[in-house]
Amino acid sequence: MTKMENVAIADQVDESSHPTTFMSKYIWSQDHKVIAVQYSITAIAVGLVALVLSGMMRLQLGFPNEFSFIDPSSYLQFVTMHGMIMVIYLLTALLLGGFGNYLIPLMIGARDMVFPFLNMLSYWIYLLSVLVLLASFFVSGGPTGAGWTLYPPQAILSGTPGSGAGILLMLISLAIFIVAFTMGGLNYVTTILQARTKGMTLMRMPLTLWGIFVATILGLLAFPALLVSAIMMIFDKVVGTSFFMPAILSLGQTLEHSGGSPILFQHLFWFFGHPEVYIVALPAFGMVSDVISVHARKNIFGYRMMVWAIIAIGGLSFVVWAHHMYVSGMNPYFGFFFATTTLIIAIPTALKVYNWLLTLWRGNIHLTVPMLFAIGFIFTFTHGGLTGLMLGNVIIDLPLSDTFFVVAHFHMVMGVSPIMVLFAAIYHWFPLLTGRFLNNKLGKFHFWGTFLGTYAIYLPMHYLGFLGVPRRYYAMGETDFIPESAQTLNAGITVSAIIVGLVQVVFIFNLIWSTFKGKKSGRNPWQATSLEWQTAQFPPGHGNWGKQLPQVYRWAYDYSVPKVKDDFIPQNVAPRDVEYLTDDKNNNQRDK
Amino acid sequence: MPNDDHKKDHETNNTSSWQSVANDWNADKQSFDMPWGKLMMWIFLLSDTFIFSIFLTSYMSVRMTVTAVWPNPSEVFALTIAGHHIPLVLIAIMTFILITSSGTMAMAVNYAYQGNKQKTVYLMLATALLGASFIGMQAFEWTKLIVEEGIRPWGNPMGANQFGAAFFMITGFHGLHVSAGVIYLTVIAKRVYQGKYDQKGYHIVEITGLYWHFVDLVWVFIFAFFYLW
Repeated sequence: MTKMENVAIADQVDESSHPTTFMSKYIWSQDHKVIAVQYSITAIAVGLVALVLSGMMRLQLGFPNEFSFIDPSSYLQFVTMHGMIMVIYLLTALLLGGFGNYLIPLMIGARDMVFPFLNMLSYWIYLLSVLVLLASFFVSGGPTGAGWTLYPPQAILSGTPGSGAGILLMLISLAIFIVAFTMGGLNYVTTILQARTKGMTLMRMPLTLWGIFVATILGLLAFPALLVSAIMMIFDKVVGTSFFMPAILSLGQTLEHSGGSPILFQHLFWFFGHPEVYIVALPAFGMVSDVISVHARKNIFGYRMMVWAIIAIGGLSFVVWAHHMYVSGMNPYFGFFFATTTLIIAIPTALKVYNWLLTLWRGNIHLTVPMLFAIGFIFTFTHGGLTGLMLGNVIIDLPLSDTFFVVAHFHMVMGVSPIMVLFAAIYHWFPLLTGRFLNNKLGKFHFWGTFLGTYAIYLPMHYLGFLGVPRRYYAMGETDFIPESAQTLNAGITVSAIIVGLVQVVFIFNLIWSTFKGKKSGRNPWQATSLEWQTAQFPPGHGNWGKQLPQVYRWAYDYSVPKVKDDFIPQNVAPRDVEYLTDDKNNNQRDK
Repeated sequence: MPNDDHKKDHETNNTSSWQSVANDWNADKQSFDMPWGKLMMWIFLLSDTFIFSIFLTSYMSVRMTVTAVWPNPSEVFALTIAGHHIPLVLIAIMTFILITSSGTMAMAVNYAYQGNKQKTVYLMLATALLGASFIGMQAFEWTKLIVEEGIRPWGNPMGANQFGAAFFMITGFHGLHVSAGVIYLTVIAKRVYQGKYDQKGYHIVEITGLYWHFVDLVWVFIFAFFYLW
């Protein structure tokens, strides 16, 4: 089967196949754009739950003993559910299920994903996993409080909050999520490899797609580890096997288990867990590259380098997992290996940061809201990345392990940074979805509130970590080594966190208000070159491209090309159709 | 390169072989010259390979670290037939059946591409039947281990309790794959019989076959690691 045949088949879209009823258009829809919106709304909704949970944690940490409804058990449950929801059910789902679904077919010039029905199933199974997860709030004992890493043996032993139904529902929900992700992920990879339109070579794809593509492959290879460890832990919990459970003396009684290895779980979990960081980060890297390029009116600096950096980071992310386990105990040579690979990852990552800066360098920078968030991302990511270098070294990690320094590091690099990109992406692509801008004033308020607010939260947290304040503790109590002033700092962090939380309410209001009342954007408001802005209908309709698929003639970054009339050339403009400046004065200037 | 006229992408004459591999992949066409469904099956199987690899790695890790005695597979998996004590006899037959089924599957794919619908359907059903008999024997084996030998996931009379746990989990997970494969084969065979692929072509038979061969291949590893180690 050649490409030409595909184009021919794809061009013969049967008009009668368009959905007509409300149910087939918006509920049981197989249109990738509707599925993307379904994914996004679900992910944001469950993310708001996690945001509220983090607020509750902060209330307890900032003002211990002031709030009677937060007891030690519920505090641990908030910590656990906040972490798991944010990492898996918000970030992974929104970046790949939301943006991946929306952008892949539009950016490569396809009518839809290659298997739309499977894509629809993927969303409904994801929704099921979210419902199972949320159900654990309402079972006896509440949700699990084992920490988002779910380390055995404590995760399933009585004494840990939610060690009954809570942990079971969590593990089942994870397994369901992985099934949903696999269905979506197979679609994303196959679509990018096989369904690109004429002229769209891999090396002409926008970096957004490269990020999503490599992240999806990482997901397909890393989630199996989580699935297997979830299955094994379910067996340990329900059937009484001892995969992860050693012989344990609990409250004077010998438990039934013997001979299992808790360290095995940690290896499996982090074999998933570390690539998961890049499953979140790589799409963010890609999207921020495109946002920066569009709003600086300049081609991305070092496109090929950026692509290879994404691939290199993806490959390396599978051989660094044990840097999460330095304090679990391991052979020193083993630690040396993992410290080395961890530090090597900094090379392609730093290269990307330099390339973003060099794209901005002497660009025609438009400080729009998406651009503000993108620049904010460069700050937060650099800070989070530098502390990552510190923690990657065994000897620095050991004293800082399990302190607030670690919390500050990964929130900066994996929490705030992808969220900044997500905001940039939402402000950037919202006009494509609705034909309207998000409100600019509210957007700027949202940016400054979020950017300064998150710094007010996480910078002091690094300092708390140096003081040795342990993480996951319900309250510090009185110790000899932590000064009184640490508590003052904690209270300040809590106030900032509450403010940042409230700023997000403004964002949600902006989303809803602008969907109906926002300023009309018109077609291609950012004057972007990539294919998703060049659809026949605007916003794109079912089938995306009208009668004929677009043909691609150039890469996605033809901004400010010399001698050309406009400062951008869309990917589907043929070389003969490009309008050049004709006046001699201009040409003479360049000749000098 | 991305800026250039795209004719240039195809000029591979003066480039190294690695460069031409990259150009092929990157070219203005499908990255793999195969139907969408087939590529998707390959990627799924890659993901599934990771699942089974992690199962087996976990099993090996547990087996090597556990301090209790590991039961001797030659003893556990032996059958006494007509007074003779034969080690591994059942599992040898099961493995033989499964590998035979891969053969019938390959023949079905061959006949499908020749357009011989009748033989395709018969061979696919034969494959499904062999698969079903594999599951039947597995059920027999499990029953014997549970009822006669007293092996449970949480313990057994011969030694380390992880033996039963890992055995039932991994062979059970593989058994589920075989069962799914039998259903998949039957459904596709029925649709081939009904002529649903006369227009589209018979790639689907090969896709089904990929899955089936994968399940057989995985069995070879499970067989080696559980029964021969």
